[in-house]
Amino acid sequence: MVALNEKVVLEVKRLSKKFDSSDVLKSVDFTLEEGETLAIIGSSGSGKTTLLRCLNFLERPDAGYISVRGNALFDSEDHNVSKKDIRQNRLHFGLVFQSFNLFPQYTALKNVVLAPELLAKERKDYKANKKSVIEEIRNDGLKLLEQVGLSERRDYYPHQLSGGQQQRVAIARALALKPDILCFDEPTSALDPELTGEVLKVIRSLAATKKSMVIVTHEMQFARDVADKILFMDDGAVIEYGKPEDVFDNPSSDRMKKFLERYNSI
Amino acid sequence: MGLWNVTLSLWSGFQTTLLLFFLTLAFALPLGLLISFGSMSKFAPLRYAVKIFVWIIRGTPLMLQIIIIFYVPALFFGTPISTRFIAAVIAFVINYACYFSEIYRGGIESISNSQFEAGQALGMTKSQIFFRVILLQVIKRIAAPMSNEVITLVKDTALARVIAVVEIIRVAENIMSGGLIWPLFYTAVFFLLSVGILTLMFGFLEKKLSYFRA
Ligand SMILES: Nc1ncnc2c1ncn2[C@@H]1O[C@H](COP(=O)(O)OP(=O)(O)OP(=O)(O)O)[C@@H](O)[C@H]1O
Ligand SMILES: [Mg+2]
Repeated sequence: MVALNEKVVLEVKRLSKKFDSSDVLKSVDFTLEEGETLAIIGSSGSGKTTLLRCLNFLERPDAGYISVRGNALFDSEDHNVSKKDIRQNRLHFGLVFQSFNLFPQYTALKNVVLAPELLAKERKDYKANKKSVIEEIRNDGLKLLEQVGLSERRDYYPHQLSGGQQQRVAIARALALKPDILCFDEPTSALDPELTGEVLKVIRSLAATKKSMVIVTHEMQFARDVADKILFMDDGAVIEYGKPEDVFDNPSSDRMKKFLERYNSI
Repeated sequence: MGLWNVTLSLWSGFQTTLLLFFLTLAFALPLGLLISFGSMSKFAPLRYAVKIFVWIIRGTPLMLQIIIIFYVPALFFGTPISTRFIAAVIAFVINYACYFSEIYRGGIESISNSQFEAGQALGMTKSQIFFRVILLQVIKRIAAPMSNEVITLVKDTALARVIAVVEIIRVAENIMSGGLIWPLFYTAVFFLLSVGILTLMFGFLEKKLSYFRA
């Protein structure tokens, strides 16, 4: 393809997923450009988590197409693509979970460096440069903890950290493998209200550095401020997709209007 | 026979007891893990085969299993298992591996699936996730039931005497047939000391693992 938009980092087409016989994703399409932040909103059960899990290959879509930087990772119509190594595919994406899911037996720093260390062991030159490779990974990890404001907590175990701090470690951990796209699944819904601010601040700072991100969130004000595009899902389908001002101020669908009414009335 | 000589004879029997104990642990701990993987396999025929096997082993007396393993090969193939001691080790390993497998399975299944998924999302392989993320959390959770099982094993070793393995109780019985009864009661000291040491070791392990919460 000659006319491929070089700025597109993620392309999702006709993505569909069934659980048993219910359609949880119904032909979802969207694209993400380099450095953009996409916020996905929608009521409970609309399929937001399932969409993120399909992107991270934790769930296998039934049909559709996913590509990163023009490189197809999943294509239900092309056998060769579907056979691609799922682990390699996952490395294009980072995922931050609602419930953090840090590894409890490791310190904050070790949580961040574990996966990069394991990955480095697969490199052919690992044995020869072991010391410098590990040192480099450690320095990267320390930088990431600094970026999320937790340098002085690097030797704390997850149970010694607040929810907000745990989630910030989880963000650093997801960034450690330098994913092309960082995904968040309601990163603040498990937090006390006074702790959401510190996590949102970190996500904002990532948006400012032009990290490509997909964020599922119930924080409408945050979505409006930070996102370049909004995707509103209902019952597994994309109902609205566009700039925040268009989607929030001039929704074209009744479902989005209803959703906003309900949200504003809380 | 004086106290010192009795102690020495009992100690020689207890060495057999300890050898049986350690060999059983050395083989049954990893074998139990394999069996637990089988009992959680997505491949249904394997899963059912393993579950039936575990049911049979846990559903019949260990003493019977020891007798079967010692005598049946001789009956059917004409070649007995080379020594009584090895027959006892095999029976104990199989029996304890099945009990351990159920403890492992309970421990592994109690770890939230989100720990597996966090590892997957970070591009880790299945075995990396198991050995680097899950295993230590499992060990922490199963330390208490494991200590029960291991303490039971120390005492179960006495069952080996049904095929005339000369472990400590058997030695005491031999002395008794010579007219001395107290050495039999004296064997309890050996068991109590071993169980005491094991209890301390498991307490130490639990303390070692108390630095994190899972
Ligand atoms: N593993 C599964 N098996 C069967 N059904 C599932 C599974 N996971 C999700 N579903 C169903 O798929 C639908 C979408 O679920 P999903 O978790 O993606 O929604 P969501 O938009 O993330 O909701 P929420 O805002 O509550 O997190 C729901 O109806 C849910 O019950
Ligand atoms: Mg969800």
